[in-house]
Amino acid sequence: MQNYEAVIGLEVHVQVKTRSKMFTRAAAGFGFPENTLTDPVVLALPGTLPVMNRAALDAVVKAGLMLGCEIAPVCKWDRKNYFYPDSPKNYQISQYDQPVCRGGSVEIELPGPARNVMGEHRRIPLTRIHLEEDVGKLNHFARDSLIDFNRAGTPLMEIVTEPAMHTADEAFAFLTALKTVMIYGGISDCDMEKGQLRCDANISVRPAGQAELGTKVELKNLNSISFVRDGIAHEVARQLAIVRSGGRIDQETRDYDGQTGASQSLRSKEQAHDYRYFPDPDLMPVKVDDAWKERLRATCPELPFEKQRRLYSQYQVPYTITCVLVPDRELSDYFEKAAALSGQPQVAGNWIVNDLLRELGHAKLTLGECRVRPEDLAGLVRLVASGTILTPAAREVFAEMFKTGEKPGAIVEKKGLKAGASSDDLERWCREAVAGDPRAAAEFRAGKESAINAFKGPVMRAAKGGANPKTVDETLRRILAQG
Amino acid sequence: MEPEFHYRTIAELAALLAGRKLSAVDLAQGLIGRRKAVEPAIRAFNSFDEADALAQARASDERRAAGRSLGPLDGIPIGIKDVIAVEGQPLTASSRMLANFVSPYDSTAARKLREAGAVCWGRLNLDEFAMGSSTENSAFGATRNPWDLERVPGGSSGGSAAALAAGEACACLGSDTGGSIRQPAAFCGVVGLKPTYGLVSRYGLIAFASSLDQIGPFARTVGDAALVLGAIAGHDPLDSTSFHVDIPDYASEISRRGGPWKLGIPKEYFGEGLDPEIAAAVEAAVRFYRGRGCEIREVSLPHTRYGIGVYYIIATAECSSNLARYDGIRYGHRSKDAADAVDLYFRSRAEGFGAEVKRRIILGTYVLSSGYHDAYYLRAQKVRTLIRQDFLDAYRDVDALITPISPILPFKAGEKADPLAMYLCDVYTIGVNLAGLPGISLPCGFSKSGLPIGLQLIGQPYREAELLSIAAAYEAAHDWHTRHPDLEKSIAAWNAKNPGSAS
Repeated sequence: MQNYEAVIGLEVHVQVKTRSKMFTRAAAGFGFPENTLTDPVVLALPGTLPVMNRAALDAVVKAGLMLGCEIAPVCKWDRKNYFYPDSPKNYQISQYDQPVCRGGSVEIELPGPARNVMGEHRRIPLTRIHLEEDVGKLNHFARDSLIDFNRAGTPLMEIVTEPAMHTADEAFAFLTALKTVMIYGGISDCDMEKGQLRCDANISVRPAGQAELGTKVELKNLNSISFVRDGIAHEVARQLAIVRSGGRIDQETRDYDGQTGASQSLRSKEQAHDYRYFPDPDLMPVKVDDAWKERLRATCPELPFEKQRRLYSQYQVPYTITCVLVPDRELSDYFEKAAALSGQPQVAGNWIVNDLLRELGHAKLTLGECRVRPEDLAGLVRLVASGTILTPAAREVFAEMFKTGEKPGAIVEKKGLKAGASSDDLERWCREAVAGDPRAAAEFRAGKESAINAFKGPVMRAAKGGANPKTVDETLRRILAQG
Repeated sequence: MEPEFHYRTIAELAALLAGRKLSAVDLAQGLIGRRKAVEPAIRAFNSFDEADALAQARASDERRAAGRSLGPLDGIPIGIKDVIAVEGQPLTASSRMLANFVSPYDSTAARKLREAGAVCWGRLNLDEFAMGSSTENSAFGATRNPWDLERVPGGSSGGSAAALAAGEACACLGSDTGGSIRQPAAFCGVVGLKPTYGLVSRYGLIAFASSLDQIGPFARTVGDAALVLGAIAGHDPLDSTSFHVDIPDYASEISRRGGPWKLGIPKEYFGEGLDPEIAAAVEAAVRFYRGRGCEIREVSLPHTRYGIGVYYIIATAECSSNLARYDGIRYGHRSKDAADAVDLYFRSRAEGFGAEVKRRIILGTYVLSSGYHDAYYLRAQKVRTLIRQDFLDAYRDVDALITPISPILPFKAGEKADPLAMYLCDVYTIGVNLAGLPGISLPCGFSKSGLPIGLQLIGQPYREAELLSIAAAYEAAHDWHTRHPDLEKSIAAWNAKNPGSAS
């Protein structure tokens, strides 16, 4: 049977995080009452004009620098003309033949053979990144539709990949990696539920070994990263079924419904738009010179996968821990501080990934709201490492740190959790424990070695974990030997 | 105070106001009276809010009484073409599409006029969306030429020119995309200035062709035009195409500069089709400058003959996109019979736009369409660059150019039914827009039939002070601008010829 290969390219729209809109001073935002983030420019009232938001251009140049793109020396604007009720001017200000960024790539990681094993890394080449303005939102009701223009005019980056992916997993990995880069750069929060990241996929199949691309189908409305994966898998399967049964693929745009897992045709090639692009005469081209680029290059953070490799080699933290730390730039910064100050990176990593994240999750807090500072977590790690306190006591100290934000040393003092610090108490607790269970004492003296464990629980409870198990064992044996 | 001051210049009125010999309210009342007498015949205004105008005049008097006068324009009624937004006033573009639209915001030009104390004086008629050269393409009826009510006032800013010529305002704002200030100024015997592209903010000007549109003043004298220009010019952060340039005190610049200048006569502007009476008047003006010691040179603008073609490609391409926003969704005319969203577009636009606007939208859509874009739009942009270069080359030898404004005298209403014949009349004015240059129209004589003739002076980018000085030198030695139409006689004649007409 003939083998087929799927070819996938993505068009990703990412909302740029700016205070105001792309071409006017009206505020940008999500979740505000309908039509409150508008002004005469947003609503395209007669006579209004666009003025470029430089912060948005900064963001796309920065994104381009992070992804290794070539930055155009001039940022030029074009009008894309089409009628739709969510588009107030009935043209969108976009970039046609001179995108801000060309080329570049996104490093992705494919799923590994097991969860705790790093997968293969690849680079997905980009065609271009350009800047444009977002449209409003249509809300459909039984008899009519209402339009909310709050989103209209929000700066939007369109990132177009080469047709260089072949599986749904690759597309999934691409979006995951892209999202992390955007968040790292402070370019976008990429919250798909808020529409800050949206994805269309161009999918075709061809006989394996054939260079020429097959007829492409554009898949729209892939509004979560999982839907992207599922939708592409579904579409590839649909096309393979058609070509294997001797059919032909129609060039069309299809709508994927993530809920039902089915797709349906939106429009065929014949209905394709003629957007009548031309340079927007209301906007002057903006020069992006070397000084501008260098200013932004200085703000580019280390890329996520570079950081992951460094954490791995510099701190020898396990892959699984880096997988948790790296996607969150703040968390990984937190880790690096705690790791450096504690001198025990792996232990610090475990505290963060296991205890800190669990507590933050329970308390529904962000890292920024966390009262445990990295230097204090490092202090806690050092207290354990030096034997000053024991792990069970450390958990109690941590809980207190999380609650109050106090320094670990102060909590140990206040609660008297220093291991071995109160030998008189330990002596007393051991005597009480032996006295409290004469049967076990008799058994031990009769040679049943394991009976000693019966006393350890009460002693540790009395010590609230602040006793060294070895000391407890020795003390109990001495007392029992004394008879 | 004399009762008749509707033909006084701003300079004269400002002196009367400053000397407390006239109040802004009296001035407004006087002009309201004049307006009532002549407006039914002229039909220059789309709307006029008398109470609002008087309130603005009262505020001006109060400022002056408190010693806080805002300068020579404080209290001066200035009419505004109905494509320039004034907060709280109708903004119709003389289109059914915007018949009920009231602007919620001020254009930068209107805001600056208010800051200078001027009284925003009604909304002036135009060819719908500024598309036309006769003010006949208005959804609210044609404006008439005060010099001959059977003739058109020119366009598209015909309402602005006619209101001024009829003594219904002290100055007006218009907009000029291909001659829409200069040609009606010539047809109505007043001064009209189209500034350098980028000198006056377009924010709040309803866009026809964004790369060509420019707001400018109509005034009785060059000096008055300088006063109004000084008030509205300057960089605006709300218009990305507005230019960072220092705005001089144009009026005092004019009195400082006396020439002589080197002036160019572009030979392509004196060819076939030019009315001999117009040619004679312009040649007389050339003789005047030569007599004043100016060096006169013939220059060539070799790409002139492509101007109309280039203009009607670029202007229509831009307008097809600029006018897309009038869709019946957010504001403006909305068809009542629409079945769905697409039908709403079709019906609202079919009902809301007039024939000329539709013609240009269709033309512009065509020239931008895939497969035609390169042959028309791209080629036109290249030729536009050549046209601009023609002018810049000429300016290596001369300070300014002298040309006619229009090849023809004001024509009779309905006479030019063929749109192409109308387009061809723009031949001397569109080059200035394509090249982004300043151009001024000033009265330079009358035909034997008593119709005004306009002289065009074309200056160098952002050198309005020099252009105005050259114009003022001519004006100081002639009295064309002091002549006014005998409206009482014209109105009586019109009424006799058109019994039962509404005028």
